[in-house]
Amino acid sequence: MTLEKQEMKITRHEVEHVARLARLALGEDELKALTGQLDAILGYVEQLKNLDTDGIEPTAHAVPMENAFREDGTRPPLPVELALQNAPVATDGCFRVPKVIE
Amino acid sequence: MNSKYEIVIGLEVHVQLTTASKIFCGCPIRFGAPPNSQTCPVCLGLPGALPVLNRQAVQMAIIAGLATGCEIAGRSVFARKNYFYPDLPKGYQISQYELPVCRQGELAIVTEAGGKTIGITRIHMEEDAGKLLHTEAEGGRYSQVDLNRACTPLLEIVSEPDLRSSDEAVAYLKKLHQIVVYLGVCDGNLEEGSFRCDANVSLRPWGQKELGTRSEIKNVNSFRFVKQAIDYEVERQAELLDEGGKVTQETRLFDPTAGTTRSMRGKEEAHDYRYFPDPDLVPLVISRQWVEEVRATLPELPQAKVERFITELGLPLYDAEVLAAERQIADYFEACVAAGGQPKACSNWVMGEVIRGLNAEAIDIAACPVTPPRLAGMLQRIDDGTISGKIAKTVFDEMWRSGQGADAIIEAKGLRQVTDTGAIEPIIDAIIAANPAQVEEYRSGKEKVFGFFVGQVMKASKGKANPAAVNELLLKKLKA
Repeated sequence: MTLEKQEMKITRHEVEHVARLARLALGEDELKALTGQLDAILGYVEQLKNLDTDGIEPTAHAVPMENAFREDGTRPPLPVELALQNAPVATDGCFRVPKVIE
Repeated sequence: MNSKYEIVIGLEVHVQLTTASKIFCGCPIRFGAPPNSQTCPVCLGLPGALPVLNRQAVQMAIIAGLATGCEIAGRSVFARKNYFYPDLPKGYQISQYELPVCRQGELAIVTEAGGKTIGITRIHMEEDAGKLLHTEAEGGRYSQVDLNRACTPLLEIVSEPDLRSSDEAVAYLKKLHQIVVYLGVCDGNLEEGSFRCDANVSLRPWGQKELGTRSEIKNVNSFRFVKQAIDYEVERQAELLDEGGKVTQETRLFDPTAGTTRSMRGKEEAHDYRYFPDPDLVPLVISRQWVEEVRATLPELPQAKVERFITELGLPLYDAEVLAAERQIADYFEACVAAGGQPKACSNWVMGEVIRGLNAEAIDIAACPVTPPRLAGMLQRIDDGTISGKIAKTVFDEMWRSGQGADAIIEAKGLRQVTDTGAIEPIIDAIIAANPAQVEEYRSGKEKVFGFFVGQVMKASKGKANPAAVNELLLKKLKA
């Protein structure tokens, strides 16, 4: 039991992987700190395993509500200038980005 | 083709819905609009903007699900599919993952190898991404992003890996295409990307149960390209396996000019999408009542129409399939029959003159200048002997050109068929008198010359003589 408790819930390798997916460039110290923190969080959530959750529907949303619809009507879109206002660079009415190779 | 391996194909089809507005915001959907002219804070992914689900998109998902025999989920959930790409402003695509809106459907297809049922694993709703434009300006160092298409509603229809050849894949796609267009949930425009497909292709030795490693060919938008891409991929994988190599699980891109597929490098890690329920959208609950309401309004599907045309209207299979292939054509045909046309005659004219005319002028049947009641009216004039089938073509052309009814044209142009023997007799006498040599030939046993006389009489009467009456009279006079 004590041995199991000491086992890490998340490895440094997994943290690096998740950081890469999130485009986060983490330094050595940050990696170390985050691995510890994430491990603690996962350990905390792990307590749920002690509960009997058979027959309980997984929660998909924290608000007990369903079916927020809008009817299929159109609204005037933004003028192009406004849509592009926050773009670092815009050309030909488009957002300009570094070349994407496919 | 290499026959050492069994080919296994599964298809993921993206169907763009025909809603007026986007799936999570009120921006209009307009193909070809100036870049970034159809956006708002929601589809631009601006902070704080919240998506609200378009009810009509859900309705269309139910329609498509029912038409493909799916179970409609009482409860489904939207999820975030996380990845970074410049055409995806939020850094995630709103899709469905664990709880899609439809499951476990099927589609019957027919190929030269026979009939077969293909399983549909699931249908889920999602938003489309924007469009990347590659520009040659400034040495081609940049790409440009147009977000008009972002947030356009899509259904992703995922098949079971039940397809065993590129022909089956194409048959499945054509059938699915026909159905979604029939249902009116998709405009079916392949060039504009309203119906596009990803193909998962793998090979395995005959008899092996486990699936081989697959490659995924992305975004093919024509039936011909799908066949080419799959055939190429099958050859490529077979060669690899023959040489003792291994197929890598990867995403490949089809190059239509070369007819080949090539690897899209460096996207492997990006396949870790870290799906989770989107907290911005509440669960979707579809009541039995809603499903039954939709079921009651489902249009008759092509296969059912084909069967009905055969059993109720007595059409041959060929006619039934041609007419039922497109809903508008089928509706036009049925309107002709409802207006009193004899079914087989209506079928002949619709498949012949009507479709030919539409193709020649490149117009839609909705814009056909000859309306169903007008066509039926003309067919009645053939039936009652007012005009001959031959003259009917002239009348039809004139109806097409002028938009007038058959009766007005027949009167104005004097096209009424001459059945009166008193009027036909003098013409025949004149022809016989003018052609003694042919008369001699006929009487000496060359009966083929008879056709010559019929032709001459019809010509002399400007096509208006009743052919049956002409035949009868001619025979009598020549034998005399």
